[in-house]
Amino acid sequence: MATYLPKTGILSWLTTVDHKKIGILYGASAFFFLIFGGIEALLMRTQLILPNLELISAQTYNGLVTMHGTTMIFLFLMPLISAFFNFMIPLMIGAPDVAYPRMNALSFWVFLFGGLLLNYSFIAGQVPQVGWFAYANLTSKTYTPDHSVDFWILGIQIVGLASLISSINFFVTILNMRCKGMSLLKMPIFIWASMITQVLLFLSLPVITIALVMITADRTFGTGFFDPGLGGSVVMWQHLFWIFGHPEVYILILPAMGIVSEIIPVFSRKPLFGYPVMVYSVTAIGFLGFAVWAHHMFTTGLGPWASTFFSLATMMISVPTGMKIFNWISTLWGGQIRFTTAHLFAISFVAMFTIGGLSGIMHASPPIDYHQHDTYFVVAHFHYVLYGGAVMGLFGGIYYWFPKFFGRLLSERLGRWQFWLYMIGFNLTFFPMHFLGLQGMPRRNFTYAPDQGWEFWNIVSSIGAYITAVGALLFAFNVIYSLLRGQKSGPDPWDGRTLEWSLESPPPEYNFAAAPHVNQVDDWWHQKYVDGKKVSPPYQPTQPDSPPHLPNPSFWPLVLAIGVTLLATGFFFSTTGIYISGFGALVIIIAAYGWSYETP
Amino acid sequence: MHPTEVVHHHKQTNTGVDDRKLGMWILIISECFLFGTLITNFLIHKKSVKPGTPGGIDVFDIEITTWSTFVLLMSSVAMVLALQACKNRALRPFQFWTFLVALGGLIFLGFQYYEFSHFLHNDFGFTTNLFASSFFLLTGCHGLHVLVGTLWLSTIGITSLIRGDRWFSPVSVEIAGLYWHFVDVVWIVIFTVVYLYIYL
Repeated sequence: MATYLPKTGILSWLTTVDHKKIGILYGASAFFFLIFGGIEALLMRTQLILPNLELISAQTYNGLVTMHGTTMIFLFLMPLISAFFNFMIPLMIGAPDVAYPRMNALSFWVFLFGGLLLNYSFIAGQVPQVGWFAYANLTSKTYTPDHSVDFWILGIQIVGLASLISSINFFVTILNMRCKGMSLLKMPIFIWASMITQVLLFLSLPVITIALVMITADRTFGTGFFDPGLGGSVVMWQHLFWIFGHPEVYILILPAMGIVSEIIPVFSRKPLFGYPVMVYSVTAIGFLGFAVWAHHMFTTGLGPWASTFFSLATMMISVPTGMKIFNWISTLWGGQIRFTTAHLFAISFVAMFTIGGLSGIMHASPPIDYHQHDTYFVVAHFHYVLYGGAVMGLFGGIYYWFPKFFGRLLSERLGRWQFWLYMIGFNLTFFPMHFLGLQGMPRRNFTYAPDQGWEFWNIVSSIGAYITAVGALLFAFNVIYSLLRGQKSGPDPWDGRTLEWSLESPPPEYNFAAAPHVNQVDDWWHQKYVDGKKVSPPYQPTQPDSPPHLPNPSFWPLVLAIGVTLLATGFFFSTTGIYISGFGALVIIIAAYGWSYETP
Repeated sequence: MHPTEVVHHHKQTNTGVDDRKLGMWILIISECFLFGTLITNFLIHKKSVKPGTPGGIDVFDIEITTWSTFVLLMSSVAMVLALQACKNRALRPFQFWTFLVALGGLIFLGFQYYEFSHFLHNDFGFTTNLFASSFFLLTGCHGLHVLVGTLWLSTIGITSLIRGDRWFSPVSVEIAGLYWHFVDVVWIVIFTVVYLYIYL
């Protein structure tokens, strides 16, 4: 039925099941949502540049705080990471595609519609104002009578569904579809980081799913799970949210760590130092990540035993993390270092993440946390981890793999400019927040009084934000310019170590003409170099012997995602809602049957 | 469509486990956390019964629930036999056992419908108290899983009536079976924690 669907044009993108195309769709959507998240950040920094400014109202500011955090985490970082998963996992393990190509398309469309639904709140004029963690009882009908919280709940629910689907897909892909010879301890380190990330996703997402269902029930049907007046508990929400929310932080950082662990060896011309230790530490971080959630909640008064446990577990995470940092430095040590843009971003990841990690250890201690909680110190901490860490690492990944995505190199000259604008802008914005926080400036307040001594560092911080914005514009220009005029890269522009560099750029639809066979970690490197001397790698066929069996395009994933969105939309209408949701359920069922009965 | 293709399409995997089957196992692990959260929430609110409102001990009918539990457990036995018949390529027994599984699910859902309407009739509704809210959230979510499983197995049965046994590889049936057994195991936990524990 689906065999006549075209391979090019708009329709091909709507029905594609090719992991590379879906990866590009993910990346493009991530940067589309970054425009929103970035403008929100700039508006906030402009409002805070001077004390007692009233450029935007306190209410609008609350909306900006909420949407900035939610957008950057769920609609920028996660899809950008997903873009790397999609594009790189099959190429790096030598597979033709992912395990379930249509599920892959489904998770993209579901994610996109969830993100659009969340941002539709701007058009509806009901922007969520409850923070990205949506603490109860701000989310109750009493404190938020309008639909703003519903946009948040349902948007996150849908985006979460997308992540759950893709996590199962990638986990099975990695476990089941590795090429011959690639045992678990011969996988590229990015694949290890990805695999552990999928485990964190499919174990933590169900918890937030239920928590979101519980607020939906509280708001729509009048139950009292998070209403102390009816016997519920507001702290219960915090537990459920952070049991998901803390693994979520590692979901964002582990892939970036994996990318950096790929970039540094290539540009140091040395194998990754301590590969097995890197594997064990990423696993240990994933495991411990489930035992630290309550360090977000020390000030709720958990009692000495719980606080001690969560404090110690949190400090314990610095051991595997520290091992990783030392391993990256040891990889650089004595290498023939090339300071390409990708490598600059990767090295800056190590430095910035270390600063963020150190401030993290500070508030792992409950007495110190009592002082720092809800101040700008915490804002500084998590931006060093997620921005100086995750975002810088992912930009490194973009500069590194862009030639593999599109066959052209990003401009290195523009890239260097962007890197330094980001590096200077980022540190100007967020380092002063350490000082502001320790001086007691509370987060999430739309303004501050002039007599607090906070003016200077706020001006510096806002200027830093504008510098970063210039860097972002430069990056956008770089991408457009390089897509059109960029230098052709050839298959292996960086003298890479892993399998994807054995393919032409961009790779053909079937990926590998002949199934690869690896003998060791960095197998591609060892095919090119024997005893440190360059040899010509063995002949790589570029055309498969027989026409490859590729999965057919399908429009059912798109239809099913529309059904999911309709099902959620019903919750916004009190009387007709049940019909809209019912119609959505019907569309889901029809799509599920259409899906099952078509030839994949 | 080429129904015969699916049967012979077999792909080598690193683990030796079929892709879809491994995916179902991962989904089941994930679902453990889903039901784990619901059950924990129920246990927290086990005593959250507002004075003057009915609690579980006032409305539960342990006999009916025991019967519906028995039916659901027996449907798991039928599931095992359906898979065995599918492996032996015995079409008629396969169809018989598959429809019996679906029938078991349907009877269970019927019992649940009766139970819920009986509760509502006795002023034990979703918003009566937190015990009731947690109860309906947990058992409702499980019921939804039974509904999906019933639809799934009926679809397998009906499709085999139309197309004959060449359409189904045992692994397709085994995956549905894995799901069905998991939903059953969850019910055993729910039956113990929700229905039996309150009598202690």
